[in-house]
Order: sequence, then structure tokens, then C-alpha cells
Amino acid sequence: MVNQKPPTSKQVRAKPMAVTMIMVAGTILLVCAGVISITLGAASITPETVWQTIVAYDESLTDHQIIQEIRLPRVVGAVLIGSFLAISGALMQGMTRNPLAEPSIIGITDGAALALAIMFAFFPSVPYAGSLFAAFIGAGVGTALVFLVGSLAKGGLTPAKLALAGVTIGAFLSAISSGIAIYFDVAQDLSFWFAGGLANIDWPRVQLMLPVALIGMVIALWLARSITILSLGKDVAQGLGQRTVMVRTVGIVAVMLMTGAAVAVAGTIGFIGLVIPHITRALVGLDYRYIVPCSAILGSLLLIVADILVRLVNAPYETPVGAITALVGVPFFLYLARKEGRGV
Amino acid sequence: MKRTIWIYVAIVGLIICVFLLSLQMGTMTIAPLDVWRTMMGEGTDQHALVLFEFRLPRMVTALLVGAGLAISGAILQSLSRNELADPGILGINAGAGLAVVLFIYFFQGSSTSLGETVFALPIFAFVGALTAAFLIYTLAWKKGVTPIRLVLVGIGLNAGFTAILIVFQLRMNPDDFMQATVWLNGDIWGTSWTSTLAVLPWMLLLIPLVMAQARNLNVMRLGDPSAVSLGIKVERTRRRLLVWAVMLAGASVSVGGAISFLGLVAPHIARRLVGPRHQVMIPTAAMMGALILLFADMVGRNLLSPSEIPVGIVVAVIGAPYFLYLLMKTP
Repeated sequence: MVNQKPPTSKQVRAKPMAVTMIMVAGTILLVCAGVISITLGAASITPETVWQTIVAYDESLTDHQIIQEIRLPRVVGAVLIGSFLAISGALMQGMTRNPLAEPSIIGITDGAALALAIMFAFFPSVPYAGSLFAAFIGAGVGTALVFLVGSLAKGGLTPAKLALAGVTIGAFLSAISSGIAIYFDVAQDLSFWFAGGLANIDWPRVQLMLPVALIGMVIALWLARSITILSLGKDVAQGLGQRTVMVRTVGIVAVMLMTGAAVAVAGTIGFIGLVIPHITRALVGLDYRYIVPCSAILGSLLLIVADILVRLVNAPYETPVGAITALVGVPFFLYLARKEGRGV
Repeated sequence: MKRTIWIYVAIVGLIICVFLLSLQMGTMTIAPLDVWRTMMGEGTDQHALVLFEFRLPRMVTALLVGAGLAISGAILQSLSRNELADPGILGINAGAGLAVVLFIYFFQGSSTSLGETVFALPIFAFVGALTAAFLIYTLAWKKGVTPIRLVLVGIGLNAGFTAILIVFQLRMNPDDFMQATVWLNGDIWGTSWTSTLAVLPWMLLLIPLVMAQARNLNVMRLGDPSAVSLGIKVERTRRRLLVWAVMLAGASVSVGGAISFLGLVAPHIARRLVGPRHQVMIPTAAMMGALILLFADMVGRNLLSPSEIPVGIVVAVIGAPYFLYLLMKTP
């Protein structure tokens, strides 16, 4: 739909100062936000208690237990999911050279929703981990379908075709899941899951995400250099002897792993994958070896802050986190749309 | 020209077939002969009630809504020169949906009887659709409105509306939630002549207006520079056509719910059948849309009988694979 202009070599050059700043300041902010997030909630907890819990955990203290069992996994989950979404967005935008590419447009969420609808309707007794796994598979199938159709298309996997295939397959899958949800009366359960956010994250769920996180991030970092070349344009990349099909396939697998895990655990959290990579590119230049880690940090930061707002906006009720990220994301998307929509 | 006439005849024939089939089918099957007798005024009272008060108004509404969405999609696709454009993707459905959800959230639980809802819901949906379109147009404005910006802004706003929508939807009680969900999936739920009468005037008013602009649409599809050089006031024409497209969509979704894909698929099929000239393409798209929606409504009513599947779901399940097929074939 929209093509990025090929970057000049000057733009590609990294800005080491900015990278260091993001790494250092970002990490410090991340820790601060994490502590704030832990102190917030029905039981008010001081930062000292948080520190105490980490250095000297005392099982007999309620505060320590709350932190350990409820608040800490929520923060860790936010860090993981925020970075998943941001890295996935960065990879997708780099691979497709489509500035509007974003995990939620390519059928991932809808695939997961369909799998969950099937689970809720036909296997209601399956334990949580089973549903989680199903959602994960569904996310994978959704993505695979999109890329399959995209690559079966005449003329190959152009950005426009990818977006079209994503929107269409998303609508197709979500129509089926709505049908199932309405027929079997599980629509509200499904919506709750998808608006779910980070409230229900516990250690087992974090553990489920960890291996995925490791694999996905290692692939992302390993691919980063190739993505930079790919982002110069397919012709340039092929001219430089890159096996573009291989890079894209591996990249897609990484995206699938990370967004699949994010959707399965926290539902729909849109726009982080759109906004963060753009901001990161503006700050550190177009070298994906720096974009990937910096996006991860900024993505985590955004999600933790959003998760804090979730609890403050309409306390004691939690606002769906997707609504908060949309609050930031929609204006940004509109800004991009106005900017990119110039002569394309 | 001869080919076009044959295509018209074929589509009308199909519509008539589906119409007759749909008349008989339902929770209560009415034999063809009984349908004939009832139509002639000689049937039983029960048959007359089912046919004249339930099935016929619903089917006529389906025809009108299908035509309205298809024409709206055809206009939007030509104006934005983007095959992806459809009232649903542009955020118009989501705008209408948000208005409907807000209505159900704030008023439903408190007082209104069902009778009032039947009148109030379409009005809210219509106003929501118009507001969404106004927002899209204003936000896409930057010394004029380029087509691609219109589509992108629409996609963005769509996401925004959906986010707000979910906040309210999650706080509803299960009954209201279900009503909202069904509406959001597209459902011809007005089974009375009232809802037919709510759409009919809009179609009668807007379809001739659009047809009168067919020539301008042909030119605008070629792009702004050609349009300007041919002496068309591009911005004004675009704005006018856009308003009409939105009104068509708004009127349609107000009684048909948020049906997506119809506005996408019907114009596509029409263009493949009769080519891009709007003078013939728009009527073809309208008939195609009416046919698809009538068929989808019949399937939705009968497939899992006695419970109904919202017609929008049937449309998406039929429409999406066709669209993917098109996507794979076009270079």
C-alpha cells in the first residue's frame, strides 16, 4: 500500500550516542516505572517494601506475597510483551518496507481468537494452559495463512498484497469466530480475554513466554543486519547477494513466535508495534542491529506506563490496556497517515 | 452492450430465484403452492402473517441494504482509487457501531421499551456513520484530500473507535452485550416494514443522484490530474460523492448492522462482469450486492435453524475467499 523511500547511507548510519542514551536512560526509566507499577494497587506498598521483597523475601509478610505473586509477574509480563510487540513491529516494517506494518494487521489476533472461540465453545473444560497453547497455534495459523496467500499471489509478496491479505484473512477468521461465539454464547468470555491485558499474568504464564522470548529475540538480533539490508529494497538486497526469501521466512517465524505469545497471554494490545519502531528509527537511525534492542526497551516502557494508566484512569476498575495504547497509537497513526499519504 | 444486457437479465433472474426460494424457507416451511396462494390473497392467515409481516419486509430490506452498501463501496473504491475501500474498512461501520453501543449502554438498561429501540437505533447508527465520515474527512484534509490519506485515516480511526467500543461493551450486562455483538456482526434485524421504510427513501433519493455523477466518477477514477484537466472541480465533487456514499452506507448499516465485505466484493464482481464504466458498473454492483445479501440472509436464517447467524458473518465467509482469489490472480 505504502512504500517507504529507500534510505540514504547517511540515514542508515547509527547514532551511537542515542543508542547509549536509550539503553542507559531507558533501562533506568524502566526500573522506575516497574517500581511504580508494583506499588500501585488495592494494597498500597512503599518502594522500600519492593526493594525488601527482592533482596530479602519474607514469605510470612502479606505485602511480600502480593508483590511476589501478583505485582511482579505483571511487571515482568509487561516488559516481555512490550518488547515482543515492538520488535515484531520493527521486523515487519523492515521486511515489508511498509511503514504501517504492525502485528495486529496480519491476522495473528484473529487466528488466536478463532482458536479460543473453538476452545471455549467445544472444550470448555480444558485448563488455562491448554487454551493458551491453542491461542498460540491459532496465531501461527493466522499468520501462516496470510503469508501463504501473500506468496501464492501473482507478483509475489508486495507490501500492498500483504496488507490486503492480512485484512481479508483477519475478517474471515473473525467472522467464523464471531459465528461460533454467538451461537455457543461465549462472545463475552472471548471479549474479556481479548481486552484482558496484563491483569491475569502469573509466574506460570511468564514461564510459558520465556522460551519463546529467548528464541524470538535471538533470531531478531541475528537477523538484524540482514533486515537493514532488506529495508534498502529487495533489489538492493538481492544485488548484495542476500537470500531474501530465507531472511523473510525466518523473520516471519520470529514475528509469529513473539506476537503469538503476546496475544495468547495478554489479548489485543495494538499500536505498540507501530509506534515504537518509528520513534526508535527517528532516534537511532536505520540500522536494525540497534533498532531491535532499543525498540525492545522503549516498547516495554510504553506498555508498563500504559498498564499503570489502566489502573489509574477509572480506579478501582481496570480499563482495557488496548484502549490506552490506542489512545497513544491512533493519533500517531493518523500523523503517519497524513505524512506518508503525500504522493503515494 | 448486448453482453451487459444479458448480465443484467442473469442477475435479475438469480435474484428472483433466490427471492422465491427464500420466501418458502424458514422456521416454518411454506410450500411453493401455498406461497403462490398466499400471494394471491387465498392463503391461510398464518401463512399470510409469516410472509407479509416477517419474511417479505426482511427480504426487501436485505435487497435495499445490499444495493446501498454495494453502491457505497463502488463510490469509495473509485474515489480512493483503492480496491480495499469499503464502508467497513474506512471506519464508517465502526463509527455507527460505536454510536449503537453507546446507545445500548446508556439508554437500553434504564428505560426504553423495545418499540422505541427499533426507531432510535437506526438514527443513532446513521448519526454515528456521518460523524465518523466527517472526522475521517477533516483529519485527512491537508490542502485537499488525497485518496490514500482518506483510506489510511479511515483505518486509523477504525482502530480508535474499536478501542473505545470495547471499553463500553465490556461493562454491559450479558443481554445488552449480545445485542451489541449481533449488531456489530451485521444483522438484518428489523423484520417489520418500518425498517424497510427507513431505508427506502434514502435509496430513492441517493441512487439517482449517484447515477447522475457516473461520468464524473469515470474521470475521477483516472486520478486527480486528469480530472482537473477535464474541467472537474475535484475537491467539491469528491466531497459531494463522499457524503452520498456515507449516507448510503449509514442508511444501510442503520437497519442492517455493520456488514463488511459487501461493499468490497460487489463492486469487484461488477467490474469484472461489465468493466469499469460507472454507468453500467454501479447498477450491476447494486444488483450484485442485493443478490449476495439476500442469499446470505437466507443462509443465515436457515443454516443452523432455529438459531440465526448474523448475515454479516455469512457475507464475510463467502466474500473473503472470493476476495483472496482476486488478490492472488491480479498481478
